[in-house]
Amino acid sequence: MNPRVDSGAALMQAASISFGYNGELVLSDVSVDVGRGEFVALVGPNGSGKTTLLKVILGLLRPTSGRATVFGEDPESFRDRWRLGYVPQRPQLAGGLPATVEEIVTTGRLARGRWWRRLRATDREAIDHALRIVELDGLRDRRVSELSGGQQQRAFIARALASEPELLVLDEPIAGVDAEAQGRFRDALVHHVRVHDGSVLLVSHELGSVAADLDRVIVLRNRVRFDGTPQQLVESGVSLGVHAEDLPMWLEELR
Amino acid sequence: MPWPFEREYMQLALAAGVIVGASAPLIGTFLVQRRMSLMGDGIGHVAFAGVAAGLLIEVWPVWTALVFAVVAAVAMERLRTRAQASGDVALALFFYSGIAGGVVLLGLSNSFSAGVFNYLFGNVLFVDRNELVTIACLGSVVVLSIAIARRALFGLVVDEEWAGVAGVPARLLNTLLAVLTAVTIVAAMRIVGLLLVAALMVLPVASAQLVSRSFRGTLGWSVLNGVLSVVVGLSIARAAGLAPGGTIVLVCAALFAVVAIVRRRGPVLATTGG
Repeated sequence: MNPRVDSGAALMQAASISFGYNGELVLSDVSVDVGRGEFVALVGPNGSGKTTLLKVILGLLRPTSGRATVFGEDPESFRDRWRLGYVPQRPQLAGGLPATVEEIVTTGRLARGRWWRRLRATDREAIDHALRIVELDGLRDRRVSELSGGQQQRAFIARALASEPELLVLDEPIAGVDAEAQGRFRDALVHHVRVHDGSVLLVSHELGSVAADLDRVIVLRNRVRFDGTPQQLVESGVSLGVHAEDLPMWLEELR
Repeated sequence: MPWPFEREYMQLALAAGVIVGASAPLIGTFLVQRRMSLMGDGIGHVAFAGVAAGLLIEVWPVWTALVFAVVAAVAMERLRTRAQASGDVALALFFYSGIAGGVVLLGLSNSFSAGVFNYLFGNVLFVDRNELVTIACLGSVVVLSIAIARRALFGLVVDEEWAGVAGVPARLLNTLLAVLTAVTIVAAMRIVGLLLVAALMVLPVASAQLVSRSFRGTLGWSVLNGVLSVVVGLSIARAAGLAPGGTIVLVCAALFAVVAIVRRRGPVLATTGG
């Protein structure tokens, strides 16, 4: 397993990041990056530090040591927020929140700044496009709480896409989502990479339907255990197929 | 104007009531979604201490209540975000400190009079032109602020962590929401009273959520419910000689009951935009 850090055209980079909770080290000297046009998966078992690493990179947590950058800037002072589309783990949408799919997706334009002004034609076009990518344009007036888990997840992906980001970061987006929904989810991400020349960092404990589309897989268990192409991972004897159990089992066995 | 608003004092009461009936649910919609429905109560109790302070130092109690309420609102927001106390403990701290402070200050001023009860339980029928102008100014601040910050506040309500990553100024907007809550409470204290003011922020929203699919629709229905409750409540209070503040709140509660029953018997009433 060969850890790799390429700082050349990295849109997002973590260099020698360490982080701990209450003295317990969760991340140890972790270095990862995502380049322009790359589709990268960050995988690891539960408790491996994936979400913690993501929060450090997004500026939500400060590392004990090391440095994270987003588009070359410190994540806390990073200004062009629209360039980064973020889909959090299980968005905390209150059950009774009366909000339509379109209203949720519209908030994605807040990342473009000027939150005090009214929406313009360009905003509307971006929102419509995001809804079409995730195939929810026919459900735009539906209350989000009435949608299935997979449809809700796609609504939050559309919210991230609505700012027309260069880099899309998703935290465990396919957990508990059925195969059909995973297929639509995969199509949306591939569209972002191939049509818009965007980049994707997918944080997950499984690769599901996107395994064949990835440029790179990073395996994390408190430190980087593997950083290479899916082919290289397969050559090491780990199957990445949709229904394969190899990767989750292998991840659990990592020590 | 026709009965029951043919007298000037009823027209002043109607104007003040409509302003508060519109602005209180507007703020309440955001508080309810953030599960901060009782924040209005907590701030209301501290505003009572402000009223007492005004009576003690002989300043118009509306101004002192406004200062106390705004300071309490900002402090509550700080406590919430810094997690220095759990939500209900922080609220309890303000509830009891506010009431206790008010009682002590009233004791010092020897002014346990009917005037105090007008602030505690409201008496919209005593609103004069000067008060109406003040209420209109405070209401305008609330409505204009929400009109400007509505999109960003909604983004914050949906997911605060995401909003922070997207560059939405969460701390500024949370503080703005807290301050607007304080302003609304002071504007509404003469209408329904400090002890009932939170009801006007929460009950119209609870009814609106039952009939609306969208957040925008919920805002609209909440305002409509608030204004309707004030108009009907004032009318009933005039006809039956009841206390107007309590009657308005009871109409709010009755409206919720009616909507809930109708809702259970049929589909969601409002669809797109509703």
